[in-house]
Amino acid sequence: MDVKIGLECHAQLLTKSKLFCPCSTDYHNAEPNTHVCATCLGLPGALPAVNRRALRYGIKIALALGCTVQPETIFYRKNYYYPDLPRGFQITQYDFPIAFSGLVRIESDGDDGGKEREIRITRVHMEEDPGRLVYKGTIDTATYALVDYNRSGMPLVEIVTEPDLKSPKEARIFLGKLRSILEYLDVFDGNLEGAMRVDANISIEGGERAEVKNISSFKGVEKALYFEITRQRNLLRRGLTVQQETRHYDEVRGITLSMRTKEFEHDYRYFPEPDLVPIRIAKYIEEVRREIPELPDEKKLRFIKRYSITREHANSLTFDIHTADFYEDVASKRDPKLSATWIADVLKGELNYRSISMREASTRISPDDFVTILTYLKTGVITDRGATEIIREMLDHGGKPEEIMEKKGLGSIGSEAIETAIEAVIKENESAVQDYHAGKKEALNFLVGQVMKHTRGRAEPKEVRTMLKEKMER
Amino acid sequence: MIRKEEIEHIGWLARLKLSEEEKELFEQQLSSILDYFAVLDELDTTDVKPTYHVIGITDVVRKDEPKEALEQSEVLRNAPKKEKGYIKSPRIL
Ligand SMILES: [Zn+2]
Repeated sequence: MDVKIGLECHAQLLTKSKLFCPCSTDYHNAEPNTHVCATCLGLPGALPAVNRRALRYGIKIALALGCTVQPETIFYRKNYYYPDLPRGFQITQYDFPIAFSGLVRIESDGDDGGKEREIRITRVHMEEDPGRLVYKGTIDTATYALVDYNRSGMPLVEIVTEPDLKSPKEARIFLGKLRSILEYLDVFDGNLEGAMRVDANISIEGGERAEVKNISSFKGVEKALYFEITRQRNLLRRGLTVQQETRHYDEVRGITLSMRTKEFEHDYRYFPEPDLVPIRIAKYIEEVRREIPELPDEKKLRFIKRYSITREHANSLTFDIHTADFYEDVASKRDPKLSATWIADVLKGELNYRSISMREASTRISPDDFVTILTYLKTGVITDRGATEIIREMLDHGGKPEEIMEKKGLGSIGSEAIETAIEAVIKENESAVQDYHAGKKEALNFLVGQVMKHTRGRAEPKEVRTMLKEKMER
Repeated sequence: MIRKEEIEHIGWLARLKLSEEEKELFEQQLSSILDYFAVLDELDTTDVKPTYHVIGITDVVRKDEPKEALEQSEVLRNAPKKEKGYIKSPRIL
């Protein structure tokens, strides 16, 4: 049964002030209701005024997604009553959004390998964020809600896709790609809490579509969609129908719940916001286009061509702009292939394990530090294990590569010392040596392991293997 | 003519509890407003472009400069119920 998924992605923009008022956007970690004014509180008589930078960021995103930016844009009022919306309406866009019809390429890693897929973008528009509701306990059990309007009026860009995504996994990959593009543009920070929120439309062949609202994390998307697809499949299997409805995603329990809403599209009574005049955005387009940097797809191709690295490495290195910049800095000074392996496979693995971003990590390991580590490695001063050890130590406790190598005694030992260790190991493990001569391959692995133990990992296993073989064959 | 159910729905959209007398009153008032729109509909607007704004200006934007916000105590002054800096509201599902 064919699954069709379309997403509405809301991304907070990194402006200094809110979309329609001059309140600071730096409210994360602030006391509630300390970043608000008459406008974002919806007090009578307060007038909105459009933030030009937010508008330019919206256009920048639209262009990066290959959309056609419209000559003129108009803001609308979307009317509904909810405690997080102080005016009783949200200022958003309707008939005249900033842009239509774009395209995002994703690499869907299905069973048949990395398949490139095109996901069509329907439209890009701007709107204000509502406030934030806090419940004591869960939304079901709380007796009242607490409202914080700090988020009210934050600039959001909404990116709507066509129902081109075929699985929850693809939806996750798409969102990852979108995040990557927005971060390249320097208009968005995916690490900020609630920076990206998603509503998803899901339908299975033979059923109506359901809309799942309130997916507020990158990880939540795949989980929410799996749950919803399973729910719909079970209904269809039992011969029941999937109703067209709006459902709420409960992140804590990982399930979707019917919202039994009595509101329909026409109930929002959209009409042009009389306090904001039309804006002719055509004049911004060329200027904004020049601010768009090299994007992940182009960078990936350039890395493959220029540094002769694998597609997998190029994908991994260009996903995040900070990783890409780090890699280019290192690769320009040291063997680009070795750099790719050590950044994409080793460093990124260590960062994932510690849940730290590349941006954070680069304050602990600079590209030059990394060049030093790779230089030691290439010239045989340290082994693979020693290099990994230095990276770990720098991430956990700081310090410089040379200090750590000295302090921890990580320098590789010379062939003479290895030979001494080999002689000792052969003497101590006569039976294993006999096994080797009898043709048991595992015996050699065992003996190499023993030599590594003797040298506390400061010898290259490959070199040990060769020397061991030579010694025993003689 | 507007039906009573529609009045009730509009009341619900505005989260207003309407009495039977009010429903009757609004039924009459909204019906006469709709009747007047029927009169407006008689006008031939085939060659008239839709109006989105009545004031003839465009392109009003402001610089992205943050300014001082209100004091929290000021913000909460009009709130009938508050708790730890938040405004208390009924729970709505
Ligand atoms: Zn404000």
